[in-house]
Amino acid sequence: MSADHHHPHHGHDGGHDPHAPVNEAHGVAPESALLERALRELLIEKNVFSADDLRRQIELTESRTPELGAKVVAHAWCDPQYKARLLAEAKPAIEGFLGIDLNLTPELTVVENTPARHHVICCTLCSCYPRAVLGIPPAWYKSPEYRARVVREPRAVLAEFGTRLPDGVEIRVVDSTADMRYIVLPLQPAGTERLSEKELVNLVTRDSMIGVSVLSAPRR
Amino acid sequence: MKAVFSPGDKVKVRAAEVATHCRTPHYLRGKRGVVTRVFGAYPNPEQLAYHRLGVPYQPLYQIEFDYQEVWGRSEHATVITADIFQHWLERDR
Amino acid sequence: MTRGVHDLGGQPAGPVDLAEHERTFFDQRVDAMMRLLAHPVHGHYTVDAMRRAIESLPRDEYFGLGYYERWVRAIRQLVVEKGLLTEDEIKRRLAALQAEARAS
Repeated sequence: MSADHHHPHHGHDGGHDPHAPVNEAHGVAPESALLERALRELLIEKNVFSADDLRRQIELTESRTPELGAKVVAHAWCDPQYKARLLAEAKPAIEGFLGIDLNLTPELTVVENTPARHHVICCTLCSCYPRAVLGIPPAWYKSPEYRARVVREPRAVLAEFGTRLPDGVEIRVVDSTADMRYIVLPLQPAGTERLSEKELVNLVTRDSMIGVSVLSAPRR
Repeated sequence: MKAVFSPGDKVKVRAAEVATHCRTPHYLRGKRGVVTRVFGAYPNPEQLAYHRLGVPYQPLYQIEFDYQEVWGRSEHATVITADIFQHWLERDR
Repeated sequence: MTRGVHDLGGQPAGPVDLAEHERTFFDQRVDAMMRLLAHPVHGHYTVDAMRRAIESLPRDEYFGLGYYERWVRAIRQLVVEKGLLTEDEIKRRLAALQAEARAS
């Protein structure tokens, strides 16, 4: 089971910044590392882009994290009118609330989990994911195993994440095959009704916004 | 290109085979489903993939498929949805 | 029946590996290069072209290479397709970098 429960927005325990890369080209063939360097150097020399452009792009990508999605979810739980707007048209609702620019990014739809209906998101063909809000997808989301199996045996795949849904709940497996990206609005866990919006943000995990996990109230 | 389907319409994914870039997954070819959402029209990715303009834009739909229809055996309360471009869909009566 | 190597929905597969993978500098740079080259306004090709290039990798490369290793090969193919670099330039630079690596 991933460390997702303990650190809602980060993948790991430990003192280091989980967003800082650990080491250079870990697990990458020397040819690949060389090819990356050759392409980068040549493209910079030819003014296709600059080293500054690359740095700024890296910063932009790193600035998008599951915490942004968690803020949207907590706000939707606390504000029924915002939730309605979010479900009707996600992009403007998210842009307006977070103050981030989603122009030129793929379309977004937020799908709501209810006691009767549970969504789980995937991209069987590649790795389409709501990066513009949630950041980089987890490795397992991009894996052949997840992509192949979640559309065929969703309950078995969810069980591998430690998630078991009650029998009557409908599972909707959402394959992101085109220009639409999906974020799950997880069910607010019972027993959290009196928490503040800020406290609720800390409950929302990346995996619950993909749909492989359900949220539970924090133990006191 | 005009959107010809509406939510609730029964459709069937064309059973065509293509060797070029395509966003209609194999496991849904020839399968019957229902339109659940109508998204706008988008440039055709099959063209964009080869540096072409992708015109005419194709309307995009979210289609809901019953598990049994897709995999041939029943599985309680499970549906699969996928976003399919209009030119891959036929009306299913 | 022509099914692309990438078209995995419903194919037999083993358990999902839940391990989190730290993002490396290599990952970050490849990702950023891809975003710049496929930028909707300032870019030179589309994300669709990237997908098409990755999908055309031989089966052993598609499954044998890491995620960003596949991307860097797709970038190589597409920058040549779009005339941003020539294959010759890339080969010469690779040779120079390899010589440098051996010398040190």
